[in-house]
Amino acid sequence: MTDRKATEMMPDSYKWGFHDEARYVFRTERGLSRKVVEEIAGIKEEPQWMRDMRLRALEIFERKSMPNWGPDLSAVNLNDLYYYARASDRPERDWNEVPDYIRSTFDRLGIPEAERKFLAGVGAQYDSETVYHNIREELAKQGVIFADTDTAVREYPDLVRRYFGTVVPPADNKFSALNSAVWSGGSFIYVPEGVHVDIPLQAYFRINAENIGQFERTLIIAEPGSFIHYIEGCTAPIYTTNSLHAAVVEVIVKKGARVRYSTVQNWSTNVYNLVTKRSVAYEDAVVEWVDGNLGSKVTMKYPAVYLMEPGAHSEVLSLSFAGRGQHQDTGAKAVHVAPHTTSVITSKSISKDGGRASYRGLVKAYSGAKGIRSSVRCDALLLDGDSRSDTYPTMEIDERDVTVSHEASVSKVSEEQLFYLQSRGIDEQEATKMIVNGFVEPIVKELPMEYAVELNRLIELQLEGAIG
Amino acid sequence: MGKPLFQIQDLHVSVEGKEIVKGLNLVVGRGEVHAVMGPNASGKSTLANAIMGHPRYQVTKGKVLFKGEDVTALTPDERARRGLFLAFQYPRAIPGVTMVNFLRSALRAVRGSDVPVREFRTILRETMTMLKIDEDFARRYINDGFSGGEMKRAEVLQMGILKPDMSILDETDSGLDIDALRTVAEGINSLMSEERGMMVITHYQRILDYVQPGFVHVLFDGRIIKSGGPELAHELEAEGYERITGASVAGEVAS
Repeated sequence: MTDRKATEMMPDSYKWGFHDEARYVFRTERGLSRKVVEEIAGIKEEPQWMRDMRLRALEIFERKSMPNWGPDLSAVNLNDLYYYARASDRPERDWNEVPDYIRSTFDRLGIPEAERKFLAGVGAQYDSETVYHNIREELAKQGVIFADTDTAVREYPDLVRRYFGTVVPPADNKFSALNSAVWSGGSFIYVPEGVHVDIPLQAYFRINAENIGQFERTLIIAEPGSFIHYIEGCTAPIYTTNSLHAAVVEVIVKKGARVRYSTVQNWSTNVYNLVTKRSVAYEDAVVEWVDGNLGSKVTMKYPAVYLMEPGAHSEVLSLSFAGRGQHQDTGAKAVHVAPHTTSVITSKSISKDGGRASYRGLVKAYSGAKGIRSSVRCDALLLDGDSRSDTYPTMEIDERDVTVSHEASVSKVSEEQLFYLQSRGIDEQEATKMIVNGFVEPIVKELPMEYAVELNRLIELQLEGAIG
Repeated sequence: MGKPLFQIQDLHVSVEGKEIVKGLNLVVGRGEVHAVMGPNASGKSTLANAIMGHPRYQVTKGKVLFKGEDVTALTPDERARRGLFLAFQYPRAIPGVTMVNFLRSALRAVRGSDVPVREFRTILRETMTMLKIDEDFARRYINDGFSGGEMKRAEVLQMGILKPDMSILDETDSGLDIDALRTVAEGINSLMSEERGMMVITHYQRILDYVQPGFVHVLFDGRIIKSGGPELAHELEAEGYERITGASVAGEVAS
């Protein structure tokens, strides 16, 4: 029984474990150095300020030690990675112009279908460079900018320079410093005042070469009264050596604007996924992070919202699934800087086959942040006795006039629930899926339908390895 | 065929090593409604769970035959797919899973083939109307936040949709007011036919005014100690269990 489970978890069963032969136009030497950083800036023909920022970030990176308060990162060998690779010469707008081998990869991921469905801008990152970017004309007419971040540095240097690194400075943590030094690709979105973008903008990211770290950099600016929903979905092939994904996402949400950022992340189980996601919310602004983490070997990700002015509201829905050999260390942060701000954090985790899911969260209220309200709820579901769930909630409340609540629950798929469903003819495997899908429903229902379906399917794929 | 629809032969059931059902025999033929009545702790729920194959209820001896087949070693879902049904005394909540998805999955499983949406909707609507169940009930999560009465209606709704050949109703009357009881009983009756069988497990005689059994059995200390016609239920109602079970046996309950 145990043996059978083990084989079912092998890469064969990983649906997206295919590996296309990527042809690189250019890639830097292995490891990280001043020379590598300068080469990256050089090949991108970047302005001096960005080159300087990269080099400063590199120095910070070298000074900072690896985070040791969370998951085990000792197997990450930063000297063994390639920090930049480019698979095609330039970003392309038309699907038909995208090179065949890249298209075949995207075909299998259903990207053309996604495009047909949404007809929004599709920004798909293939290794370190965005090769495909399509902005629907109406968006452009509305003044919305949706570009890969490299293009944005060239075409909108003033906007990028004004905001880049202001929410997540290089010195924030070792991996934000690393990203700032070697970043490539990612999405840049600018939504002008009062503009509502009705269709979710989305990007697919993939790692497609062995030992290539992926360091995309995403920057979203929502001007007053605007609205945008940005979606990223990730699937990755299986490799035998460890890969690193260290992204930085910065979101600026001005007065009365609303940004929703949804992620469905399914890195292969040898990827270290160490991501810094942070937003600032001004007066009456709303920020929502919907974050689903299924794959990876280790994920460390805590989407954060800084509530800067009264009336700001943040919502984080975090979902993780930890299977065999996986450690999902996820959660959220709500930092109440201003009075009368509100935050809601909902975290759901599933562990099976010895997987470990941890909730790590912070609720902070500065002195003077009167009348804030914050509620945290984390629920963990264990599918077997070998799996593990931990909760590390931190509260730093320096103000008396606050309403803060924290609820946590850990449950097992109960024999009684299974028996109930089975007594209606539903077999054990299907019954377990139903219970798990029900458990994640509050998060899945927040996603657009296509993504909800995808997320449910990914969960089912992960479950199938678990059930005899 | 000649074989009875449903048959329990010398059934012994243990829970966590303790024997609760101690050699029980019962035959339910097609077209028959049997009532199994018993005081608290007589083994009623253990019997119901064991018939359906709950993994925690261990059959140590004897067997359950359904349409001539020994189903004792089958999983609960295999039993359900053969047409066996248990209406639970305490149905479980499954948060996040809507009744409508659940019912459709169950019907698909029991039929062994997909159920066209239109057909399913028709079945659902008709059964819900019969049971006087609100339409938005189908969009609620399985038993999540249901009142006692809603849970029992939901059980009978499932029964009405799956149309099992043999139904075990475990204290389906508990938690129902008189109007709800009447509605639920009408639903149950409408599912009875010449081809089907039913076992109504209950403490009180109340439900038997509506769902009228041809056979009544008294369960005590894991065995059937007396069987008779409908008059036995009235006798129990009038005189209580003690006269039939006897004082010495009643003493065992207390021990």
